[in-house]
Amino acid sequence: MTTTAGLARLRTGRWPAWRAFVLLTLPMVAGLFLFKYVAIGWGLLLSFNDARGTISLGSWNGLENYRRLLSDPAFTRSLVTILLFTLFIVPVTFALALGLAVLVNRLRRGRALFRTTFFVPAAVSYVVGALIWKMSLFNGTPSGVANSLAYLLGHEDAIGWVATVDPPLYWIVLVTVRLWLQTGFYMILFLAGIQQVPAQLYEAARVDGAHSEWTLFRHITWPMLRNTSVAVTLLLIINAFQAFDEFYNILASNLSGLGGADGRTPLIYLFQTALGEQNYGAGSAGAFVVTALIVAFTLLQGRFAGFGRTAEEEAR
Amino acid sequence: MRRLRLGSYAAVVVFAVPFLLPFYLLVRNALMTRRELGSLDWHWWPETVTFQGFADAFGNDAVPLAHALGNSTLISAISAPLATLLASMAGYGLARIPVAAARPVFFFIIATMMVPGAATFIPTFVVVGSMGGVNTLWGLIAPGLFSAFAVLLFRGFYLRFPRELEDAGRVDGLGYIGLYVRLALPNSGALFASLGILSFIEHWNAFLWPLVIGQDPEYWTVQVALSTNLNQQALNLPALFAGALVAILPLVVLFLVAQRWIVRGVLLTGVKG
Repeated sequence: MTTTAGLARLRTGRWPAWRAFVLLTLPMVAGLFLFKYVAIGWGLLLSFNDARGTISLGSWNGLENYRRLLSDPAFTRSLVTILLFTLFIVPVTFALALGLAVLVNRLRRGRALFRTTFFVPAAVSYVVGALIWKMSLFNGTPSGVANSLAYLLGHEDAIGWVATVDPPLYWIVLVTVRLWLQTGFYMILFLAGIQQVPAQLYEAARVDGAHSEWTLFRHITWPMLRNTSVAVTLLLIINAFQAFDEFYNILASNLSGLGGADGRTPLIYLFQTALGEQNYGAGSAGAFVVTALIVAFTLLQGRFAGFGRTAEEEAR
Repeated sequence: MRRLRLGSYAAVVVFAVPFLLPFYLLVRNALMTRRELGSLDWHWWPETVTFQGFADAFGNDAVPLAHALGNSTLISAISAPLATLLASMAGYGLARIPVAAARPVFFFIIATMMVPGAATFIPTFVVVGSMGGVNTLWGLIAPGLFSAFAVLLFRGFYLRFPRELEDAGRVDGLGYIGLYVRLALPNSGALFASLGILSFIEHWNAFLWPLVIGQDPEYWTVQVALSTNLNQQALNLPALFAGALVAILPLVVLFLVAQRWIVRGVLLTGVKG
């Protein structure tokens, strides 16, 4: 078919269905094919190769990359680090987001104002969050906010929050910055979930003699938020496991710069492997280990929360 | 009841303070002199407000902040509408064009959602690098244009699109492409805006991918530039904060102006994700 004929067809709009389908979906399919399927396939093959300083295949070494990776204490340490971080940040964010949503929902006036207040940090990048936390809130000087507070509470010596491993105070810095950056996002999800609970349910419960706020929350709000809770937990776990930005920016010139493995997440380890050492074979192997862990964790969480039922409800 | 509400307000204010504190610190520090910010005493507000920090931030030749802001603007302004358009096209094709391939293509697309994005940055780097995408604008942009999740949302939206409207369009002689361009696309403005704004925020704040692929200062985004500043040995603190303030300002304004759309987008992506 010539171009003129094609244009004429476009004008009269008589394209056959399959051709229109190809035109509309091909860009997306091609992009995903290249940047997901080819990338993952290539990466998988590369992970069975000794690929140092090269991204081409040919030097096959079987499972050597995986074996060496899993026996490298720095990598296993990074897995422990991210596991601990996930165990901290997921429940804390969940509780704070839910608490704020309940609180904001109870306000009669100023609801939009406070919703915005808690939500607006979500506009800030992790780099800027890390910058404020490291250089102002938790800087090691006496005029830092955290140290000024510690002084008021009777602790006279300035604390080097991100400069010491023992005690590991940098955890407070890492957890609070992510808390500030992400809680508002999840609060919005909970707020929407709460507002979808039919008011009649509360009225009926009050008629039945349930008066305390806690009883109403426990027996109506919480069960009605089940789907939201599952979604929030899932997103929190996936995001926590891929933590990179704040660890890199808060600790790069401290702990990891000094050679310590304490504040290194798997993604930071992989970043150093692939871009520092140019070891793309080991880097790819690590990418699949981390991916497998994330998938395993989400499936596990889904099993706990009865994910099958939500999927069924969605399909309806 | 009255006491309960007072208690709620007290509690919400107590929580609001730590959420606002970092913004205050950012502004205060950006307006201080180096000497005052470096002093060991606490100051609520600069003794003399100075904009020297901004001048220093933009005058630093080692870290070209203005250029990085330009890169971020370009990347986000291209990526957000293009990524949303591509998702909308695919979503319409999958939802409204009755071809046998629709089902397998749909599974081909959503299967990619199984794999978390950031964890696979090395395989993506291998592909983009092999195509010569290191230190290029397209290398920074291209991998972020294809969101299976956005396709899923658009497909869901177009499945609920009223059939009568399409029938009317067909009577007027429109084919599938015409129906999409003339009817479906103009009527998906709300979804387009919500997902487009979220995509803009995501691209503006992205750090790992730009750090990996845009290694040359020529291709630094604003996040990479700020990170470079942050990890330098000799720090100019007011300039550091002034740069950060400039970097978050567009998004904070966007958040305040377009919050309705952002919340809609968050609910779409959050609850179903």
